[in-house]
Amino acid sequence: MTTQTRKSFFKRPEKNYVHPYFGGVVLGIVLFLAFFLTGNGLGSSGATSRLDAALVDAISPSHVDNTPYLLKMAGGDKNPLDDWIVPVFFGALLGGFSSGFFNGRLKIMTTKGPNISDRTRWLMAFLGGVIFLYGARLARGCTSGQALSGGATLSAGSWVVMFAIFGGAYGVAYFVRKFWN
Amino acid sequence: MNFPLPSLIAVSAANPWTYVLFAAIGFAFGYTLEMSGFGDSRKLAAQFYFTELTVLKVMFTAITVAMVLLFGAVGLGLLDFSQVWVNPTYLASGIVGGLIMGVGFIVGGFCPTTSLASASTGKIDGMLFMLGGFVGAFLFGETEKYFDGWYTNAGYFGRVTLDQVFGIPVGAVVVIVILMALFMFWGGEQLERIFGKKDLSKEPKIRVAGAVALFAAAVTVLALGSPSLEEKYNKVKFTRTETIEQLNADPIVNTLTYTADDMLANRLVFITPAEAFKAKYNQSMNPVYLDVRSEADYNLYHIEDAVNVPLERLAEVIPVLLSEPPANTVFMLMSNDETAAVQAWKILVGSSVQNVYILEGGVNNWIAFFGAEDKSLQPKPNAGDDQLGYLFPAALGSRYESCSPSPIEYEALEFEAKIILQLKRDKSGGGCG
Repeated sequence: MTTQTRKSFFKRPEKNYVHPYFGGVVLGIVLFLAFFLTGNGLGSSGATSRLDAALVDAISPSHVDNTPYLLKMAGGDKNPLDDWIVPVFFGALLGGFSSGFFNGRLKIMTTKGPNISDRTRWLMAFLGGVIFLYGARLARGCTSGQALSGGATLSAGSWVVMFAIFGGAYGVAYFVRKFWN
Repeated sequence: MNFPLPSLIAVSAANPWTYVLFAAIGFAFGYTLEMSGFGDSRKLAAQFYFTELTVLKVMFTAITVAMVLLFGAVGLGLLDFSQVWVNPTYLASGIVGGLIMGVGFIVGGFCPTTSLASASTGKIDGMLFMLGGFVGAFLFGETEKYFDGWYTNAGYFGRVTLDQVFGIPVGAVVVIVILMALFMFWGGEQLERIFGKKDLSKEPKIRVAGAVALFAAAVTVLALGSPSLEEKYNKVKFTRTETIEQLNADPIVNTLTYTADDMLANRLVFITPAEAFKAKYNQSMNPVYLDVRSEADYNLYHIEDAVNVPLERLAEVIPVLLSEPPANTVFMLMSNDETAAVQAWKILVGSSVQNVYILEGGVNNWIAFFGAEDKSLQPKPNAGDDQLGYLFPAALGSRYESCSPSPIEYEALEFEAKIILQLKRDKSGGGCG
């Protein structure tokens, strides 16, 4: 019996993804409720730099004092983790996990194009993460904080950022097509 | 009830439910992204080879649905838009950062939040993207100091929305965005048919009804309109406390609520020259002196550090006043007497700028208080209302002695403090920032 339950925990029948428009409507309602109740939208990249700041603050507080960007989040008695974006970040991790669990998609694997090795994909994913978050901090928000949230509030700057993201990706897509096709 | 609820705007240890609420929002966010297929990098990357446009469909459906609901709620007067975080516009760093993000997107196959959905369901590439993200954000923190000036200033426009950019009603922008999104959905499906060999006849027909509903909702938002400045002004409420001392008992503290017009009538927003001057040396506040007179009057005589924004141009600076200042900024308006300053106060309060006060008696009263001994300033007989009541030997701007009174000479000044800081929202955080 126990093995049965354990088996079903990880090997639930894999369900299909929802229709994109349906997913979009649900996401839109979530985004609206976030704005309606709290005045804030959605986001996650802010939490990445706050977690970084907390780590630096724990290892070397004096380094925080010498780095203006970290000082804003972790200077003095400020706790970089005391921000709404941090619970949103951990909530999103849990939410992703739950959807994976209920829909039978919890699986250790690598998602990649058909013509590259796992190792190459890992390296590219890591590099992509470095590049993306550098850009996200520069633009003061990522696809969630700028494109999605700023897009819905009609922020002029966010629409510019959104088109820049698509522009950058389409501009480079041809040169990295081997990784995906 | 006016949303958003002030107690939910930020997390606070005093109100632990705020952590639960934000975590619940994050949970719904992560859950939706995973169920839409964003845990799989192939689905995301396919967007850029036109084989599957799930990213475009989910994202623009979400943006348009949220936008219609949001501006619908604003139009119905349920939601105070000035309390909604609107990403301030930084054109230069936004464009460069956006292009860099695009490169990271196609190289790494994720964006930050989708990598969370991916990593949490066991995808190794998602975990490595997340890890890389921590490195990237760290590198940004380390290198930001080399281009700090450019990062904070280049192409900065403050809190600006598209309707302000194009000078059209917000409802019209909502309709245009929805038409654009519907066109992109149609185009996207055609691309999927051509590049992705997708059979469109299998797509659910209900999506057409959804498109019609979305468009109808947008037209409703346009018809609702957004509250006028006057309507917003009439809704603003101020609270003040009043302490009544009692013999042999604890003093009674009453909380009183005033409308904006009450605040003017009871002169609760008029501060004496002494208080305006002392604010400069008060560590707890960051005073900004806004001189709403004409440029000519400003050039003749103005208080040191005062910024000249003639009344007719005040609307242009509101986006900046709304977005950037730290929460403890106090705006002090002044005209020659009070008429123009009161008008400016109504505009700023109606636009939800916080902590706005008026210099009592204006610049004329300032001169009467600090410049009475300056023999070069002669009272001008029969000056009209809100005109300079003095004659100036030259347009010295702020170089008259009384423009910058000596803090030592005026060390001890008696005044009834009227400024009460409203720390409603720290504008420095917000968004993904």
